[in-house]
Amino acid sequence: MAAVSQLQRQFIEYTTSLYNEGYLDDQFTQLQKLQDESNPEFVVEVVSLFFEDSEKLLNNLATALQQKIVDYKQVDSHVHQFKGSSSSIGAQRVTNVCVHFRNYCEEKNLDGCLRCLQQVKHEYILVRNKLEALFRLEQQILQAGGSIPMME
Amino acid sequence: MGVISISETPLHVLAVDDSNIDRKLIERLLKTFSYHVTAVDSGIKALEFLGLQDVENFQSFSPNPEEEVNLVITDYCMPGMTGFELLRKIKESKSLKDIPVVIMSSDNIPARINRCLEEGAEEFFLKPVRLSDVDKLKPYFSKNDRKTTDEEECVSSDRSRAMDDDDGGDVDGDGDDGVEAWSDENEQIEKDQSCHHKMFKIEDVVP
Repeated sequence: MAAVSQLQRQFIEYTTSLYNEGYLDDQFTQLQKLQDESNPEFVVEVVSLFFEDSEKLLNNLATALQQKIVDYKQVDSHVHQFKGSSSSIGAQRVTNVCVHFRNYCEEKNLDGCLRCLQQVKHEYILVRNKLEALFRLEQQILQAGGSIPMME
Repeated sequence: MGVISISETPLHVLAVDDSNIDRKLIERLLKTFSYHVTAVDSGIKALEFLGLQDVENFQSFSPNPEEEVNLVITDYCMPGMTGFELLRKIKESKSLKDIPVVIMSSDNIPARINRCLEEGAEEFFLKPVRLSDVDKLKPYFSKNDRKTTDEEECVSSDRSRAMDDDDGGDVDGDGDDGVEAWSDENEQIEKDQSCHHKMFKIEDVVP
């Protein structure tokens, strides 16, 4: 029992820090509310889709920005998608970079775009690592026979 | 046809979104309210599902009674046919026009919202859509008697309002070229690049 409550405390602390540091926003909580006995893997499923999508988008963005003549409408289209998907799962810091990214696209500012690409990749990797750590913690709690604490 | 008891048939929502993540989300949100959900990834597929065959030429409507749709909820920004265009096609169709349509968008653009509401959308949700939004859908549902006709039904043959009217000029002889007058709102929509879909060209509007 002691191990479970320790893991649960860890889980609560970790989740709280993710919200406090802006990695996740309320939309992530909304996702968790949609998970229940009939959809026990809902959050992991949605987040996995996000990971797949993001890797593709990052590749597409790198390619688009490497072209001799950059098609900023195309770049913006990818960023718009990235902004949407990150916002849908509550990956707030990724979404925020996308907002700036779109401004640079509108200005056709290549330097700005390239910097944003680096930034958005960085933020994506951070949130991906943190979510994976969170899911591992959840698994540990479940395997130790405990239940995942509900975050309000 | 026999009478179908409303309490037995769950309300059927057709969800339209090109993003797989958002499709999964909206489907889950709708199912928590026990709606029956069909999710498609484009406006064309939505119209096909609603029974509008041969969408390009607006020919032959064949209603699918087992798949009566009580509400359409669609993303605004989609490649090919935007949610606005889908809304318009539904409202222009004699058989589909009474189906309530709700638009979702990640961008908060008042001109866009107004345009959708003016075109007949019941509601406009900002993404990400939440449970509290879906909770608002209840009053909009129609459980209509869809008109079944034996004749082929064409979506309005009046093409003067079509947004991609290549004929240009005064099609129906009423003195204008069928496209609404230029305004700040249109300029805002024109500048609205997020869909990368020109709803109409400047040259069509400004003579």
